[in-house]
Amino acid sequence: MEGLKRASAAIVGVAESDLGHVADGLSVIDLMAQGVQRALADSGLRLKDVDGVFTATTQSRLSVLALCEYLGLDPPFIGSTIVGGSSFEYHVAHAMSAIEQGLCSVAVIAYGSTQRSVGRKQASVREVNPYESPFRPFMPSSAYALAASRHMHQFGTTREQMAAVAVAAREWALLNPAAWEKKPLTIDGVLSARMVSYPFTVRDCCLVTDGGGAVIVTSAERARSLEKKPAYVLGCGQSVTHSAISSMPDLTVTGALASGKTAYKMAKLGPTDVDVLALYDAFTINTILFLEDLGFCKKGEGGAFVAGGRIGPKGSLAVNTNGGGLSYCHPGMYGLFLLIEAVRQLRGECGERQVKDCDVAIAHGNGGVLSSQATVILGNSATV
Amino acid sequence: MPAGEQSPLNTYLAHLEKGELAYQFSPDAGKAVFYPRVLCPFTGSSKLEWRISKGLGTVHATTVVHPAEGAAYNVALIDCDEGFRLMSRVEDIAPDKVRIGQRVRFRVHRPGGEEPPCPVFVPAEAA
Repeated sequence: MEGLKRASAAIVGVAESDLGHVADGLSVIDLMAQGVQRALADSGLRLKDVDGVFTATTQSRLSVLALCEYLGLDPPFIGSTIVGGSSFEYHVAHAMSAIEQGLCSVAVIAYGSTQRSVGRKQASVREVNPYESPFRPFMPSSAYALAASRHMHQFGTTREQMAAVAVAAREWALLNPAAWEKKPLTIDGVLSARMVSYPFTVRDCCLVTDGGGAVIVTSAERARSLEKKPAYVLGCGQSVTHSAISSMPDLTVTGALASGKTAYKMAKLGPTDVDVLALYDAFTINTILFLEDLGFCKKGEGGAFVAGGRIGPKGSLAVNTNGGGLSYCHPGMYGLFLLIEAVRQLRGECGERQVKDCDVAIAHGNGGVLSSQATVILGNSATV
Repeated sequence: MPAGEQSPLNTYLAHLEKGELAYQFSPDAGKAVFYPRVLCPFTGSSKLEWRISKGLGTVHATTVVHPAEGAAYNVALIDCDEGFRLMSRVEDIAPDKVRIGQRVRFRVHRPGGEEPPCPVFVPAEAA
């Protein structure tokens, strides 16, 4: 298996749609279109250049058709892989593959959600699993809570350590004008918040917001002709370990171990080369699991690793600098925003939250209930 | 009558109706298979035997759900001694007293009405 070619493609445009609580009546396709327009403006490309369209959302069954119709496009290449929040990291790999094969030259990857406006129940159809649903797990929180219970049992991870993930995310969010949360948060504030599914309080859980956006992928060659600094795709990896939490092979080891390994190999890089991480923090345990599985600390040491502000703005490792799904924005499938922030960091566009000398970024997507993992390693021109 | 075999789910539920916790066993893989399927995920073969669990297991993971309304309740993953894991809950003790590693014993829960029976567990010493 030969695989994708390191740095054959780059992300050249990124943008959020309106976020938070969007205007009444805006559809998920409206939000995708906002994202496409803004991301194209960011890249310097035009709608007529687009010949690849990728989408994922829970609120439109045939969303790629809807977006193509809306944009007036009949592109030679489309994709709508949907694996929860990690969908967009898969789309990057699929777009890169299509570009390498000459099947398209400029791909947009778009997302939209109005789950806050319409309510979570309206935003995604409840699926009944006859082997799990009778026990009324509060999904997805309870699935992640079960994984957290194992991590606490096996490694002594504490609720305070998990709370440190939420506090770091909030500190970063306070530096991001686009973030939903505007007030400081303490460890005690996390622990004393309303309990959702033990050990998680509502502050261990991602936000419920509206939002969307788009990213533009093109060939490395074309990327170099554009104004903004390209974010080259250096590595991609994916892993599917299960669908339901009762079938997860090991509740303390995620597919990020495999997806990261594949991505590092393709990128010819390792964890010590990475300057900034965008990790899918649907719940506080996620950040701990992914730091371990992506090789930033040993298995079981993630709790101690994140304590004491290490991953906050004053810490030694920059993680989720936009404030993450915990404090910036979480419309249900957050993976697109990981890519947006990683690209902005590589370009040096992040203002107060900018990480110095940022050459290599990881965007790590998670989907389902730790089910699907996808790692994208991006780098600026210094890495190519 | 519909053509073909009974669904794995309905076979499983028919056992539960009789008070039995059924699972599948793959003789070629030498492993238990759960949830029930039409093929073995280890071999790809449809050669799967139905077996009845002795109903003893260990709590593998546990959480307490705090719903917006109503009492908190337990949700757990149980490792049965025959080598399969399932989602369930531990009853007869407070939901926050359920411990990982705790030994538990199966009993059938019959919600009544349209709801099919489901397997729940109680502390093994109390059963």
